[in-house]
Amino acid sequence: MAYLVFKDGTTYEGEAFGDWLKSDPSVADYEVVFNTSMSGYQEMVTDLSYAGQILVLTQPQIGNYGWHHEENEANKTRLQGLIVRELSEGEGSLHAEGSLEDYCLRHGVRGLRGVDTRALTRYLRQFGTLPGVMVETKDEGLAFWAKFQASHTIKDKSEHWVYRSTVKETYEIPGPGPLLALLDFGAKRNIIRQLQERGFRIMVFPAGSTPEEILRHHPSGVVLSNGPGDPEELPECVATVRRLYDQLPVLGICLGHQLLALAAGGKTYKLPYGHRGGNHPVIDIRSSKATMTSQNHGYAVQEASLKGSGFEVTLRNLNDGTVEGMEHQSYPILSVQFHPEGAPGPEENAEIFDRFKGLVEKSLSRKGRPA
Amino acid sequence: MPKKAWKKVLVIGSGPIVIGQGAEFDYAGTQACRALREEGVEVTLVNSNPATIMTDRETADRIYIEPLTVESVERIIERERPDGLIPTMGGQTGLNLAYQLAKKGVLDRCGVTLMGTSLKSIDQAEDRESFRALMQELGEPIPESIIVSRVDEALEFAAKTGYPLIVRPAFTLGGTGGGIVQSAEELEQIAESGLQASLIDQILVERSVAGWKEVEFEVLRDGVGNCITICHMENMDPVGVHTGDSIVVAPCQTLTDREVQALRSASRRIVEGLKIEGGCNVQFALHPSRLEYVVIEVNPRLSRSSALASKATGYPIAKVAAKIALGYALTEIKNAVTEKTSACFEPALDYVVVKIPRWPFDKFTEADRCLGTQMKATGEVMGIGRNLETALLKAVRSLDIKVYGVRLPELEALTDAELKTACLKPDDRQLFVFAEALKRGWTVDWLAEETGWNRYYLKLLKRLVDNTELLEKNPWDKVLLLSAKRLGFADHEIAALWKSTEDEIYRFRLEQGIRPVFKMVDTCAGEFEATTPYFYSSYDVEDEGVIHKRPKVVVLGSGPIRIGQGIEFDYCSVHAVLALRKAGFESIIINNNPETVSTDFDTADRLYFEPLTLEDVSAILDKEQPDGVIVQFGGQTAIGLASGLASRGYRILGTTVEDIDRAEERGTFDRVLQELGAKRPHGAGATNMEQVHHVAEEIGFPLVVRPSYVLGGRAMDIVYEAEELETVVKRALSASSDQEIWMDQYLLGTEVEVDAISDGENVFIPGIMEHLERAGVHSGDSIAVYPPQTLDLAMQERIIALTESLARSLNIKGLLNIQYVIYHKELYVIEVNPRSSRTVPFLSKVTGVPIVDWATQVILGRTWEEIKIPHGLWPTGDRVAVKAPVFSFSKLQRVEPSLGPEMKSTGEVMGIDRTYEKALYKALLGAGVSFTTYGSVFVTLADRDKAEGVALARRFADLGFRILATKGTRRYLESKGLRVEQIAKLHDGSNEIIDGIRKQKIQYVVNTTTHGRVQASDGFAIRRAAVEHGIPCFTSLDTAAALLQVLESISPGLLPL
Repeated sequence: MAYLVFKDGTTYEGEAFGDWLKSDPSVADYEVVFNTSMSGYQEMVTDLSYAGQILVLTQPQIGNYGWHHEENEANKTRLQGLIVRELSEGEGSLHAEGSLEDYCLRHGVRGLRGVDTRALTRYLRQFGTLPGVMVETKDEGLAFWAKFQASHTIKDKSEHWVYRSTVKETYEIPGPGPLLALLDFGAKRNIIRQLQERGFRIMVFPAGSTPEEILRHHPSGVVLSNGPGDPEELPECVATVRRLYDQLPVLGICLGHQLLALAAGGKTYKLPYGHRGGNHPVIDIRSSKATMTSQNHGYAVQEASLKGSGFEVTLRNLNDGTVEGMEHQSYPILSVQFHPEGAPGPEENAEIFDRFKGLVEKSLSRKGRPA
Repeated sequence: MPKKAWKKVLVIGSGPIVIGQGAEFDYAGTQACRALREEGVEVTLVNSNPATIMTDRETADRIYIEPLTVESVERIIERERPDGLIPTMGGQTGLNLAYQLAKKGVLDRCGVTLMGTSLKSIDQAEDRESFRALMQELGEPIPESIIVSRVDEALEFAAKTGYPLIVRPAFTLGGTGGGIVQSAEELEQIAESGLQASLIDQILVERSVAGWKEVEFEVLRDGVGNCITICHMENMDPVGVHTGDSIVVAPCQTLTDREVQALRSASRRIVEGLKIEGGCNVQFALHPSRLEYVVIEVNPRLSRSSALASKATGYPIAKVAAKIALGYALTEIKNAVTEKTSACFEPALDYVVVKIPRWPFDKFTEADRCLGTQMKATGEVMGIGRNLETALLKAVRSLDIKVYGVRLPELEALTDAELKTACLKPDDRQLFVFAEALKRGWTVDWLAEETGWNRYYLKLLKRLVDNTELLEKNPWDKVLLLSAKRLGFADHEIAALWKSTEDEIYRFRLEQGIRPVFKMVDTCAGEFEATTPYFYSSYDVEDEGVIHKRPKVVVLGSGPIRIGQGIEFDYCSVHAVLALRKAGFESIIINNNPETVSTDFDTADRLYFEPLTLEDVSAILDKEQPDGVIVQFGGQTAIGLASGLASRGYRILGTTVEDIDRAEERGTFDRVLQELGAKRPHGAGATNMEQVHHVAEEIGFPLVVRPSYVLGGRAMDIVYEAEELETVVKRALSASSDQEIWMDQYLLGTEVEVDAISDGENVFIPGIMEHLERAGVHSGDSIAVYPPQTLDLAMQERIIALTESLARSLNIKGLLNIQYVIYHKELYVIEVNPRSSRTVPFLSKVTGVPIVDWATQVILGRTWEEIKIPHGLWPTGDRVAVKAPVFSFSKLQRVEPSLGPEMKSTGEVMGIDRTYEKALYKALLGAGVSFTTYGSVFVTLADRDKAEGVALARRFADLGFRILATKGTRRYLESKGLRVEQIAKLHDGSNEIIDGIRKQKIQYVVNTTTHGRVQASDGFAIRRAAVEHGIPCFTSLDTAAALLQVLESISPGLLPL
């Protein structure tokens, strides 16, 4: 048996799976979050936005269709724990190349199975996203919390999960079309795939890249990717975005969207328990039409703080009214809180990439450069 | 916002329950009506099925119980002049009707707007050719196919593509007449019956994708183009078996997210392409090892699958579809579950559900139980679990077939060769067949290779099989017990494996502190707070069902729709719940049927979606601690649980378990009758041939033979003469679990049925019904008439008096149903059912008496005076109502269509009017009898019926019909002065009769039989041919006489000068 223990002593019991030995032997607390998607565990486990988190999957049968390498959203995981009700060996898919359990074992992910995940989800919904520790005995967990001292301030920027997720070096993905600069804060592959499919040449930059380093390559547009953690703890990234966003067409996704808001003088705040799942309805304020979106974020942009920033809210969450998308009144900027690339989740918002492509082409033709 | 200020809307129901169109449309129609009235719209409703909640005064403003024919709905439209018509709530029947009404110009003429999905969209989805064109335009792959209206065209196509091919008729229910064919002969046969079944004489012949995964999406789209998928579902078995006959899992389990999203996007493109405004179902076949799919089918309406999706997710699809029909956008509708979030979202499940069909092969032992593209199930059950094993085992238990795990003992006797054959030819026992194979050590790989089942599901079965063995080897192992419970094993199954009793396991389990908790179905996987009182059990940690400390009563539902226990019992359960709520009690319902109104989360104060077994019900009662349990509305399923529950100390409200037993146990019941001086047909038990002959001599012929203990009248037979006795007795003996049979005098008299309410003192009789067929035809299969047409007042008085004394001496508290037979002016009791019966909804509708409401109040202990129930018989009004049975023979190959003491009908309709003939006409019309007023009648009579048959034949002749008969019957009829044309017998090698039926040269068949079960007989072949080609076939002279009575009143004479 193994346990997830919260500070208030609340404990969830399960059976251990994955890597409990190789992974960080010192017990540490990680934010516990839940995702309600009914499929796509593989994409979630390899989504770097989950860096430093323990992920609870609400769909109880997990691992059913095994592991398909090409569907990884990154070539690594920074997920610290995975909690499920049932774990399958993955015989459901004839073309699977491995299993979820195997992946967790090889990539240092602690797992707990057999957990009353619904009770855990309800707990998180009630108390908000909380840190928890995954331990082999309950006492170990209680002892951890007894000694625990909150030290949430990041001493060095390299401690931020973004820097533990981003690429080490700039690299280029060839393509026939205009060059895009993609700031990788922990980018999902499907964002890159979507851009590739639209013909772009892409240069992927590590999170700490300076505006000069980026502009030197004369990109025709910038994509600010998704990524983990609190955007307000990334002032240097905000500064970079501020230098770029009035010069080039920009597409901001998730963390990238939040950084754009901060760069424009807006504020972000932490949601009680975030939005994580594949069924979040987002309404387009102008057309009144709604789409289903894939979401994975703990922070959101404060709508009131955008006043005077030049950004206009264009998309809202139909359930809680939070900001889901904004456009700039003067600059060609598209910014969405959700994941238009899906993976996992609905594909219906991929047209955002088309619109971005349109912005890039328009800006190029205005500048009189060849498209 | 609404497209216009709708004042009055017409909703069309789906008519009688038949295979392929079940109770799900009562759920859909009822939800739609409620949603419309919520918006202040006046609802006019038409349906021929009285056993529905939608035809209640509480559901609609104006209710027409009328045959669902174009003509009758046209009359209603002319009179009511609704502004709108919703065509998509009444299944294929409703859709076809609306389509025809529109095509005929009725809607335009009367200014009726077709609401929701447009006619053009319906046309595009239903017509194969335009559908194919649209799919091509959208770039959605469909299997290579051809639409033909002639058999030779199909053969031509086959010559090019090869076999296997799949044949699907256009515009039918439940795939009637379709199938997979492997050869030219098969194609010829199936193509022909498919063309017959199609409303527009078209069939689709397509390349078979058998072996692929079968996946369905339930989609909702509104008028502004918002489009969401409510649920996706996967069949456990590969393409090849009709979805209605497949075990279905939701959400999809073996698809990667990429596959799910590809199919989701495709279904949205299709629904967008069709411009659906409402619900739509899209079925796909997905290649098992690469991302390749084809679209198999699109249903532009609510369906069985949408009912399942609705119950599986908690999302009220029909309600939202109705609001969309009014013109609301999805974004304008609230999620009724959370009451905070929007209805424009896609439910997230944090559990899995398994649906298993309920097949009628326990009743139709001789039927072809193989599964294919022709649906055969009459109903279905759903199990909800926090793992797939639990969901599956809950569904198995819910079937109410006395199977509690994956072991089916009868399969143990199969040889390996027989088992292998069984593995390769899917029938209703497939799950258990695979379990037996796995138990014998056959591998998952072998099964996967040979059957195309996904390994994931086979592994799951293997896990259950392995755990069964593990349990068997380790009795009373506590750790194992907990893990078995978490896998969903039933106490009953564990008891069998541990050679113990269910009660003992239950006690042991509680001692170990192993008990289930209850989780909520909330549409959002816990993400938002929900208020839905919709629960299921799980062996987990947290119980989230907060108990209320107010007076509460539990109502046990009736489980799956099956022959003998239909939607009538759901009707009663729902009304019991409503009565409880009205009386100030918290009402709690337990049921497992995803098709019904009782399992809507807003019907009762609390819904527990659980199997109806002693264990599952006990767990809920232990938690809720209600003031009592009502068992008398849930049919035999609920009554059957009464004694077990009582012995565990739960309080059964209403008639006590002892009194229930007194009515149901033959010996004690005989004593009750003796005390009252009431008569019943003579009878006695026998265990060997010697006794049989002795008893036969004593009571004389004809007599009824039945096994002493067997479910639902199975293996019951009427024996007319000594020669037949031995064969029949042998069969009955083998069907009897205790090797005993009962033999009763068979009284060829008038059967009468009574429903009554009693508190043990006072008795109230809402009505007496007379059966049109003489005793010997199961009461559920007879045509019932209210008020009685041939009983004199004195006899009615005697019936009232005897009913009153029976109710008192059996100490009935609540409802009872009595079947009588009147023979030579004597009143005999056939049986007493101490519970609500299938005629309660019918009687409620005709008399307007709130039968279930009153009975429930009596059960709650309120006095006669408080409730203000009258005494004696309720006065009859100026209307006559006729209840006619509806059969699904055409869907069940090899089933004997002749009527007898075993029930065979799947549903019923009501005809109501001011005269008997008109009511009868409507009932028969509603039941699907096509009234041809001229043509030919083919008559074959058993010797005992010949004398009576002459009169009938003469009446046909007088109406201008040609009489056709085989040699013997012809000679007899001619000897009585009738003109008869001879037709050659089948066993003389002629195909004249069958051909005549197939080519519609014969309009009616009258065929009475001596040996109902001898399938090789000519009669059987003739009857089958008739039902398969939709030719009315009468096996009871009484039914034929009824038809004649109608024909005589409607057909103009043919009188040459």
